[in-house]
Amino acid sequence: MICQETQRLLDAYVDNELDLRGALEVEEHLARCPACGAEEKNLRELQASARANLTRYRMPPQLEARLRTVLHAEEAPTPAASASAPPARAALPTRHDWRWAALAPAAAAAVLLVVAGPRLWPRPSEASVADAVVAAHVRSLLANHLTDVASSDQHTVKPWFQGKLDYSVSVTDWAAEGFPLAGGRLDYVENTPAAALVYKRAQHVVNLFVWPSKRAGGAGFAGDGRSPQGGASSNDEPPQRVSRRGYNAFCWAKDGMHYWAVSDLNEAELQKFVELVRDHR
Amino acid sequence: MPDRVASFEQLVLPHMPAGYNLARWLLRNDHDAEDVMQEAIVRAFRFFDGFSGTNPRAWLLSVVRNSAYTFLHQNRARELGTEFDEALHTEPASNGLTSETPEVLLLRSAQQRFLNEAVEALPVEFRDVFVLREMEGLSYKEIAELARIPIGTVMSRLSRARRQLQITVARRGQAGSTS
Repeated sequence: MICQETQRLLDAYVDNELDLRGALEVEEHLARCPACGAEEKNLRELQASARANLTRYRMPPQLEARLRTVLHAEEAPTPAASASAPPARAALPTRHDWRWAALAPAAAAAVLLVVAGPRLWPRPSEASVADAVVAAHVRSLLANHLTDVASSDQHTVKPWFQGKLDYSVSVTDWAAEGFPLAGGRLDYVENTPAAALVYKRAQHVVNLFVWPSKRAGGAGFAGDGRSPQGGASSNDEPPQRVSRRGYNAFCWAKDGMHYWAVSDLNEAELQKFVELVRDHR
Repeated sequence: MPDRVASFEQLVLPHMPAGYNLARWLLRNDHDAEDVMQEAIVRAFRFFDGFSGTNPRAWLLSVVRNSAYTFLHQNRARELGTEFDEALHTEPASNGLTSETPEVLLLRSAQQRFLNEAVEALPVEFRDVFVLREMEGLSYKEIAELARIPIGTVMSRLSRARRQLQITVARRGQAGSTS
């Protein structure tokens, strides 16, 4: 065996990955070639050093606890959910083409319960938007990733979204009304980027999701035979309340945008917030 | 249904620390590693019914790895598909140290300090294979299956990663000892 061949096989030799014959051939060459022998020694030193010295990163204990929580949340469907929610497992993209952005809301949506009446949410597409929005809300709390831009200044938050979304988001600080702006975040609802504005109310968090009505995630709203109300624009929708897993959510459409407000606030307080936002513009 | 959680907890969760370590090495910061780990666990759980293999650790590592690459693809695509500076490969890898003099020992400890940084500096595809081999002790075949690459590619990536590490560590070690 020549040096070149030995060099090519040296890593596999050091890793005990060669068959017996290959290993014997390499050994035989190493015994009579100091250069290759030195190379082997270096490799073994590097290997020993890597095994002894590379940092083994420890999982933060709170992450493990959180993952267990997520796991149990995953496994909480009820007959109601399986009856009215889309078959999440079947709808999953295949192993090769799944997308990061799609995963989290869809995954959480698979387990969220349909608590509010099927009357309001008869169609899977609407239920799945609700699930996805609540899931995004839960995730923002669980993952300790509430805001990408933390600021109570609407003039900081609004420009932050520019370039990240292909639409403009109106941002208002409602501190005087008891809902101070905490920041903004780019989130994903049903595969599509959505602006998430974060407001605080005492210890509670309100996520306000905003996206243009024409996109797929909001399509369940329009054209379902309900007559337009309010009269401002034919696509406007009055606020409707949903609840999922103890979270309250309101959705409405106005001026070509869809809004979802989600929180663990009680219904009355959240409704107050919804009216503030909705009546503002 | 509760059995599903129980068996997942029993089979897969013991390997979460290995999964986290891999995510942390691939992403190089705690925050992204935590996010990816969470996605990976949710994903693993959803695919758990399809898991029929005998090696839950390798299986979880493959899910973590997929999640990490998807994250990189979407957030830091320029870290993917990078290559070594080929010029580095023309240098001899050997640092010529043969005896156990105090200088050599000192240099060795410096090399150890630099090793972590050197591994972090590897292109992710090479860092990936190196960590799976040296930290998780996976065989070439296991790595090939997990990463869906031919065994020959595992071998060549590992080999190039090691050559690069030897060069980087030796170079920094020498720079450190002369400054």
